[in-house]
Amino acid sequence: MEYLILLFSEIYKILYVLIPVLVSVAMIVWLDRRIWAFVQKRRGPNVVGPFGLFQTLADALKYIFKEIIIPASSNKIIFILAPIVTMTLALIAWAVIPFSEDYVLADINVGILYIFAISSLGVYGIIMGGWASNSKYPFLGSIRSAAQMVSYEVSIGVIIINVLLCVGSLNLSDIVLAQEKIWFVIPLFPMFVIFFISSLAETNRPPFDLPEAEAELVAGYQTEYSGMMYAMFWLGEYANILLMCALGSILFLGGWLAPIDTPLFEMVPPPVWLIFKILFLFVLFALIKAIVPRYRYDQLMRLGWKVFLPFSLIWVVLTSGYLLYFDLLPVY
Amino acid sequence: MLAHAIFFYFFSFVAIISAIMVTVSKNTVHSVFFLILDFISISCLFIMIGAEFLGMIMLIVYVGAVAVLFLFVVMMLNVAQQKNQWFKSSETSTHIPVGLIVSLIIFFELIIVIGGWKYKPDIIKNFSDSLISNSTNTHNIGSVLYTEYIHLFQISGMILLVAMIGAIVLTFRKREGVKRQNYFSQISREKKQGVELVEVKSNEGIKIDV
Repeated sequence: MEYLILLFSEIYKILYVLIPVLVSVAMIVWLDRRIWAFVQKRRGPNVVGPFGLFQTLADALKYIFKEIIIPASSNKIIFILAPIVTMTLALIAWAVIPFSEDYVLADINVGILYIFAISSLGVYGIIMGGWASNSKYPFLGSIRSAAQMVSYEVSIGVIIINVLLCVGSLNLSDIVLAQEKIWFVIPLFPMFVIFFISSLAETNRPPFDLPEAEAELVAGYQTEYSGMMYAMFWLGEYANILLMCALGSILFLGGWLAPIDTPLFEMVPPPVWLIFKILFLFVLFALIKAIVPRYRYDQLMRLGWKVFLPFSLIWVVLTSGYLLYFDLLPVY
Repeated sequence: MLAHAIFFYFFSFVAIISAIMVTVSKNTVHSVFFLILDFISISCLFIMIGAEFLGMIMLIVYVGAVAVLFLFVVMMLNVAQQKNQWFKSSETSTHIPVGLIVSLIIFFELIIVIGGWKYKPDIIKNFSDSLISNSTNTHNIGSVLYTEYIHLFQISGMILLVAMIGAIVLTFRKREGVKRQNYFSQISREKKQGVELVEVKSNEGIKIDV
């Protein structure tokens, strides 16, 4: 009985985080298409509901009623597992995101490592989908995506080390609370830019959307998928984008903290600030999709390994040297 | 404690079953996927004994990087359809004695380690003096790794660096006739060098030398 109550209260808490995330994923897909359209002087989805807000729900309904086609020569178990893995990994990372000082599902000591581990697992959904399809374009797409995500993870890891040096803790709430005096985007501005670009590459967004480059690979690893399984890949991708925006706002933009500590800003509940920051980063993501042309693959690899990695490594040395010289290292 | 026991047995069961499946499964790619499942359940066990830092590092390094490279190699070599028949075919049965010797050595090493820890538990006390109690194990690992074991740590880093350079040297070769991309010349190309305006006379055409 005791366990049952515990179980239900945990499930209630999980739903309390999960349902807003899923709803906002649906809204964010609409926002993405809308911004993309406005940059190109089109209208975008504006028919279903007010301002076309329910467009994603209509799309999801359409996907549910479509037939799921499993290719005859595919590896069936892995083919079905791939979208499930993508979706699950995109959602479980939200467990450690702190929305305010006490509104966090799991306040674990190694929160940032957990998110990093989950996002490094994200590549498996794509590899599995591409390999199990047993077709040329998906396979090429998944190989590209694996190489790309592994490369950019390295620079993201080094950037995270920069932030951790200033904080002295791996806990995400501690990382936010350490930014009470100044957001890390000001002292670590170059790292914020590199983190933002690397997270574009990590989530396979344009200009780094080579895994699904429609001009050369049809749709990359998603080519053979249809119906709800395709929709799960799609939702997982957008949940990942939202997660990277949340991570960026927690690491650099001060999470749930208000920009200036005034009574007027204190009236706004803390989660709203986090949502504003996530939305700000997402609008940047969407604008970049509309403005920047796609990279060539060798340029992408060069940017990751020869530009971002050395630069962020040098910044680790600079940050630690600065902190050591001015005796600012966080002490435990 | 009941829930703890249930989770412990669940993860250890999954770990053992997937470790067996790595060697038994006929498809090589399936083997790698079972290896990944094994890594994940082992890291869950790490987290359950309170070593959350080791568990997460295990996930990041082994699952996020090493296993991806394994998958890469296995997929690229196209050995997926190679049938695993080591217990039947006569050619490969010569590997069995070598494999047995290696696994016996590992088995005895494990027995020595576990036995030593079982019969002399006070060995561990020497280490635990330097640990700060009631602090997270990330801090503890850091405070021990970078003070007492700094030389071993640096040596292992050097070994990895040498191995990396060695691998690059072994695979690096200069081939003739490969056109390399020079980014600087590509970016600094101007209109004058790329575009030429030519008057074409009608019915004669023009010859362009590329």
